[in-house]
Amino acid sequence: MLVQGIKSRPEYKGLDIDPHAKRHLFVLEGEGAQALMDQVGAKGPDFLAKSEILYLAAGAAPKAYDVALSALAPDVFWQAPTLQPLLFRLRACLEQARMGTRLSIAGTEGFIGQIMQVAIEYGIDYHSIHTEHRGSTARRVQCVHCKGITDNVTTSPFACSHCGLPLLVRDHYSRRLGAFQGVNIDAEEPGTAPEPEEMFP
Amino acid sequence: MTITFRSETFRDDFTFRNSLYNIKRFPFPFDRDEYMYSVNMEPHIRGKADSVFENLIDVDEHYVAEMQDRAMVLKDDPLRCQALPHMMAAQWDVLELIMEHQAQDYPEHFTLTKDGDRWRWINRPMGIDDTFTFGDPATLPHPPMEYITRQAQGDFCIVDQRDNNLWMDAGMVTTQADWSLDFDIGMNFMEWHGPVPLAHQIGVFDRALKFLLNLQQGKPTRRLNWTMTVNPRLDTSPENYHKWGPDRTTVTPENVGDKMHLRVELQSLWRLPRSNAILFVIRCYLISLNELVTVPKWGRRLPRVLKSLPPEIADYKGLTRNRPIMIDWLAKYDDGAPTSAGIHPD
Repeated sequence: MLVQGIKSRPEYKGLDIDPHAKRHLFVLEGEGAQALMDQVGAKGPDFLAKSEILYLAAGAAPKAYDVALSALAPDVFWQAPTLQPLLFRLRACLEQARMGTRLSIAGTEGFIGQIMQVAIEYGIDYHSIHTEHRGSTARRVQCVHCKGITDNVTTSPFACSHCGLPLLVRDHYSRRLGAFQGVNIDAEEPGTAPEPEEMFP
Repeated sequence: MTITFRSETFRDDFTFRNSLYNIKRFPFPFDRDEYMYSVNMEPHIRGKADSVFENLIDVDEHYVAEMQDRAMVLKDDPLRCQALPHMMAAQWDVLELIMEHQAQDYPEHFTLTKDGDRWRWINRPMGIDDTFTFGDPATLPHPPMEYITRQAQGDFCIVDQRDNNLWMDAGMVTTQADWSLDFDIGMNFMEWHGPVPLAHQIGVFDRALKFLLNLQQGKPTRRLNWTMTVNPRLDTSPENYHKWGPDRTTVTPENVGDKMHLRVELQSLWRLPRSNAILFVIRCYLISLNELVTVPKWGRRLPRVLKSLPPEIADYKGLTRNRPIMIDWLAKYDDGAPTSAGIHPD
């Protein structure tokens, strides 16, 4: 479970198939595949005929969700090897998307944040995007000092992967950056940073 | 009145000082002997002569030096000034508002002449004389908000209003108390105040938002906020925290009066006419404890406030480490006598 009560973090309210959507675009990562399969279980498979699924297996590759997703027989199923080509494909989809397209995202928080960033760039109101958190609670964190972003942060503090400063992960999230804020934890007395503690497994 | 502008620094050798005149006009933020968050808004109207409320956009002896410090911050980090694309009308609103106020209240220093959309702006302290077309950004050396806020004291945020919320969609932020415009730009009112402790729970932000959504043009409002800063440093940004953070370990009982500064923000909020956005001015005033205790009422009151401060607030304001040293040092200025209500010296 994600920590609750962070005012600036989006609420991930869960996927919810909109029966009136003309087309569905599902962008899923890892365990996020299960979120879609749960919807099929609850709502029936009818919407799949007008659905496009973009999938990134990431750490969940051994579970072969790609096979299960493909077996749902959506209109389009496409699997990306890594995030970069997925984002490239996503842009192409959004470039051609028509009125009535509904975007749904499921996966880890860092993944949801990065997909939302692209969607917002294409003018989609973030309130209209359905999101569901699945998988690890690891955070994507921007170093407030060097502005470098570190993915999959599970501890606080952690060493910035760009400038090396030990960063405290603040409970403050920027939708625009798709990241939490990391602030140097031992700025007042360099060298006194506490040991990293597993906070976001 | 012609202001004599001081030549001074807010970094490195920290030559910033307040004149006697400026000490007396300091906006001491405590109207009683204790402090808690509140929606302490009042109409932003002209106040006493020789106070910071005399003019609604205050220009003081630190003007030129503050603008030099801002220019240095921007060279180092251009992301301190940002505006989302839909904020251009609001940028022009801000340029007009600041130019009109500075020119009207400080005619010795600033002159604005308008010939239709053709405007001429003269800023004598900074040696600027520009003619431009109002509404055409190509006729200015910087986008309008950046242009004018390089010539106005305080941080400036332009807040857009839509969906019954306020959105931090533009700003010039170089003298901030530890918050990042680059991180917070695009956030709504509740989101950008997310990290503030206690205030959400007591409903301060709900009430403040409701109040601000109804702010009317021509009726600006203001409040005071405060923190404390070691050394008279304007740029206490999170971006540079690893550079100024070590200052906090340099405070001793011997130097605390000189090093520790009360940092007061005079926040004013203005509805803008074309864009319906709100200009949020966060004007920072600094005063060392040595300067502050020259006003007996303030010397009595500050230690009482610091003693009664809830630990969460002390922590959020970064005071935890040096609070005991300040309270001990200030004790000799508190003879236990009652203090009068309100913020002004007796």
